[in-house]
Order: sequence, then structure tokens, then C-alpha cells
Amino acid sequence: MSDAKATPAPVGGPVIELQAVHKWYGEFHVLRDINLQVQKGEKVVVCGPSGSGKSTMIRCINRLEEHQQGRIIVAGIELNADLKNIEAIRREVGMVFQQFNLFPHLTVLQNLTLAPIWVRKQPKKEAEETARYYLERVRIPDQADKYPGQLSGGQQQRVAIARSLCMKPEIMLFDEPTSALDPEMIKEVLDVMIGLAEEGMTMVCVTHEMGFARTVADMMVFMDRGEVIERAPPKDFFSSPKSDRTRSFLSQILAH
Amino acid sequence: MADIAQDIPVARQLPPPRSTGVFGWLRANLFNGIGNSILTLICVALLVLIIPPVIRWALINAIWSAPNGAACHGGGACWAFIGEKLRFILFGFFPAGETWRPITVVAIFIAMILAACDRKTWGRRLALLWAVGLIAVFLLMRGGFAGMSEVETRLWSGLPLTLILAVVGMLFGFPLGVLLALGRRSRLPAVRAICVAYIELVRGVPLITVLFMASLMLPLFLPAGMTIDKVLRAQVAFILFAGAYLAEIVRGGLQALPKGQVEAADALGLSYWQRTRLIVLPQALAMVIPPLVNSFISMFKDTSLVLIISLFDLLSCAETALTDPNWQGFYVEAYVFVAVIYWCFCFFMSRYSQVLEREFNRGKRR
Repeated sequence: MSDAKATPAPVGGPVIELQAVHKWYGEFHVLRDINLQVQKGEKVVVCGPSGSGKSTMIRCINRLEEHQQGRIIVAGIELNADLKNIEAIRREVGMVFQQFNLFPHLTVLQNLTLAPIWVRKQPKKEAEETARYYLERVRIPDQADKYPGQLSGGQQQRVAIARSLCMKPEIMLFDEPTSALDPEMIKEVLDVMIGLAEEGMTMVCVTHEMGFARTVADMMVFMDRGEVIERAPPKDFFSSPKSDRTRSFLSQILAH
Repeated sequence: MADIAQDIPVARQLPPPRSTGVFGWLRANLFNGIGNSILTLICVALLVLIIPPVIRWALINAIWSAPNGAACHGGGACWAFIGEKLRFILFGFFPAGETWRPITVVAIFIAMILAACDRKTWGRRLALLWAVGLIAVFLLMRGGFAGMSEVETRLWSGLPLTLILAVVGMLFGFPLGVLLALGRRSRLPAVRAICVAYIELVRGVPLITVLFMASLMLPLFLPAGMTIDKVLRAQVAFILFAGAYLAEIVRGGLQALPKGQVEAADALGLSYWQRTRLIVLPQALAMVIPPLVNSFISMFKDTSLVLIISLFDLLSCAETALTDPNWQGFYVEAYVFVAVIYWCFCFFMSRYSQVLEREFNRGKRR
């Protein structure tokens, strides 16, 4: 692990662990024997062609999808059918979606304070202070009273990131956070994510932004057809990929 | 490079004026083509044909007071009939000496509805107000204390009965419908099966047969001597019916909600009921305001079906008033009067739904 940043040394093993995870959609074998460990403070970037199962894998980590075989352990809690465990894990794991999924009937501030108030039982005032702090962090402090529909795509995604951060999660999952954005808005979102990485947040990102991956990733994971094909630090991953499939994928997305 | 040299910023301008006076408006909207001009002329002709006779009948030739029906047959409407029968049409068989009680009941209903109109009042205090209001309505109608004579429910009639059946039907039918809709989409097979069976069963039967069965068949199955109040039976039938119909409307809203909303709520750690209350229902219900209000309006008018089990709602009371031998043949007047009352309530609901729609769509407006 090349995690030389100012984060506490990992204690007691990985914070996310997938052991021999399988999943099927009907007959279709979407995840095949996935093994993955993420240490505290580590940044993992998952890439691969569309339909390779990378979104499904990341969505298994907070049980938006259910795995059918193998074990998933997050923050020391095993994911199983127990609703208590699932809710406990979701409190510690933030997620940012491709389509933002902000709540359109609530203002930006209400979007940010909803979960802290109802799930963490924070007093409203405290939750609002936290919310304003994170809005500042994602550089849109003056949009608190607007509705999501009144913001640009890039602003909405930054609000979505702030919404997750307000729960003070240990881990952040990003599922193609910039894929639905216009090119000029991608950078403002990536900048926020880089800032987060620099502070030592544990992150798992599904993304095609290879420049971002090079900057922040400690570990690259390449998936194809439901399998993890290659796993390597970015330097090795980009300069000397071992698998042919990785090579052909990289040549395609780095071609232009 | 010459292109760039010419790239002088264009000064900001006001949009060109849109309206060009009354004639411009007429030309643009009513006479903007041969077909449209003909339609406009036909409409004007129809209005000229219809409006003056109606005004003549309803106002100019109308008779406003008369000692009896025979003296009231002129060329116009006999509003004297309505004046004579007003108390009966509105309050039916309720004891004449205590008309202030149903009047108060109607006033309480209108006050409660108006209090609920402002969305800022929605909350615990409003719920409490409604609970107190409904209890007051029941006590006022029932009486039997503080000098008020006891009035059996079979004498509850006219507008108060219509309002009780409709408002209480909606008030309890709506939450029932929401629960049924949620149950129909539940992951638990037993819950789902029960909800589907209930909805399909109730929707498959005409309301009128259920009212009939409740009034004629139910007593046969009950032990001898045990009876269930007729108004209560009708009320329960209305609630059960409303629930089934509203459930399908609410389900439409639940299905239209993007999946990402539920996922985002889940990912934040909200529980099922928190998610449903804070994220799912506010959005799903806002989407189905038009069909919901449509249903409420038709339920309001369906209360007149209680005639079939010899309860006397507003419409039945008006029809009963027509049977007075001293006042024969004023059908049009009676029906117009009742229709206006129904129309006021229904039009109010329709307008209010538009206000609500605007408020709930605030977030989508740019």
C-alpha cells in the first residue's frame, strides 16, 4: 500500500473486505469471485468497460445490491440480511451517484440536514451548521436555500457529495460521479474529490477519469465481465499493464 | 482574423412588445384564419341565443315570493319554492326547532376545511383541531345532553349528512389508500397478496351493491337484536371504497418516482418508514394531485347514492321536497339549487388542487 499520507496507520485490518463474492441477475453471472480489500485511508479506483460489473460491485458494498455468495465486511460489520447491520453500514458509508439523486422537493440545506437529523438524531441547529460548513467546502455556500432543480449539474453533484459528508462517513463510494456532467463541470467535481482524498478519506471510485485516477489512486482495479482482471498501483497499472484486456481497454480510453 | 475584429458585443435589448391593443389581441386569438373566425362567430351566436333566455328565466321573470305553488307558475323560475323549502332541502328531517345544530355543523366543516387549506398549518395542531371538530360535529348532530334533544342517525339528513359522509370518507379513505398502495408494492408476499386481493375485490363491485348488501344482507348475518347504525354502515362502505380507488392512484405516483430517490435515501441510512415519509410520499403524492382531486370530487358526488338505503342526503332531500302537494312541479328550480351547492364544493376542490400543485412544484420551477 502506498498510503504515505497523513492518516492514522490501519488498525485491525481492512475497512472494506470482499471475499469470493458472486452475484447473478437471473442466469447472468454479473460478479464472479470478487476479492478486494480496502485499507483505511486508501483510495481505490475501479475501471473497466461498461457492463463489466463495476457499478454492481460498488453497490454491493452498501447493499443497494444483494450479493448471493461470499462475504462482504464493511467497517467491521458483516453484510447479511440483518437490517440492523445494513443500516449501521449505510450510516458509515457515503455514496455519490451518477445521476446525483438529490431530493428535488427539499432545499439544498434540507437535503444536507435530513439524514443527520433523522438518522444521527442531531439537533437541527447543529446539523445546519455542519451542512453550511460542507457547502463551503464544496464551494457553493450561497446556494443553501435553493432547490436542486435550480442548480447546474456540477453544483448538484457537489451538493450530493456534501450531503454524504454531512453524515461524517468513514468511507465514500463514488459511482461514476462525473459521467452525467457537461465537460466544463467535470473539473469542479473532481477538484472536490481530490480535496477529499488529500484529507485521507477512504474512497472507492468507479470512474473513467484516468487523470483523476493517476492523481489520487493508491490502487487501480480493472474489471471485465464480472471479474477483477488486474489490481495494481497506478504507476504500474498505466505503464505496464499485465493483462491483454487491460491493455486494450486502456488503449481505447486513452486514445484521444 | 477579420471575424474576431468584428466581434463587438451586442448591446442588451428589451424583447419586442407583445401586445398590440384590443384589436391586435382579437385578431391574434379569435380571428387568425378563416376556420377560427367561423368558430368565433358560431360561439358568439350560441351565447346570444342562450344567455338572454336564461337570464330572463332565472332573474327577470322569476317569482321570489308566493303563498303556494299554484301562485308561483309564471314564465320564470319560482325561487319562492326554494325559499319555502330551504330548511328542508339543506337539513332534511332534523327537528325543525333545533336547526341551529346542523347549521353549526356545516359551519364547523367549512371552518375546518379552510383552516387546512394553508399548507403552513399542516401538523399536529391541525390534526388536533380536526379531531376536536369531528367530535363536536358528532355531539351536535347526536345531542341528548345540555338541553339538546337526542336525534337518531336516521334523521341526520341534507347537507350535514353529505358533508359527514364525504369528508370523513376522504379523511379515513386517503390514509387507507396510501397504506394499501405501499402494501401492494411491499416485498412481503403476504402483505402484497392481501392488498392486491382487497383492491381488486372492492374495485370490482359497484358501490351501490355494497351499500345495498350492507343495509339488507348484513343484518341477516348479525345475531338477533344486534344492529349496526345505518349511517355508520354507509360511512364504512365509503371509506373502504375510497381506500381501494385512492390506492391505485397513489401507486401510480409511487411507480413514477425515479428509483434513484429510494436508493439515495437508503444509502443515507434512512429506515423504511423514514424514507417513505420524508422522501417517497411527498414526491409521489405531489405527482398525483390531479387524479387524487378528481377522485375526491367524484366521491363527494357519489354520496348521493345513499338514497338507495333510504338515507337522505342533500339531493334526496331536494327530491323529497318536490313531493309536497302544495308545491308541485318545480323540478328545475330544485335541481339547479342543489347543483349550485355541489358545484361550489367541487369547484373549490378543483381550484385548491391547482394551488397545491403550484406549491409542490416549486422545486422544479427555475
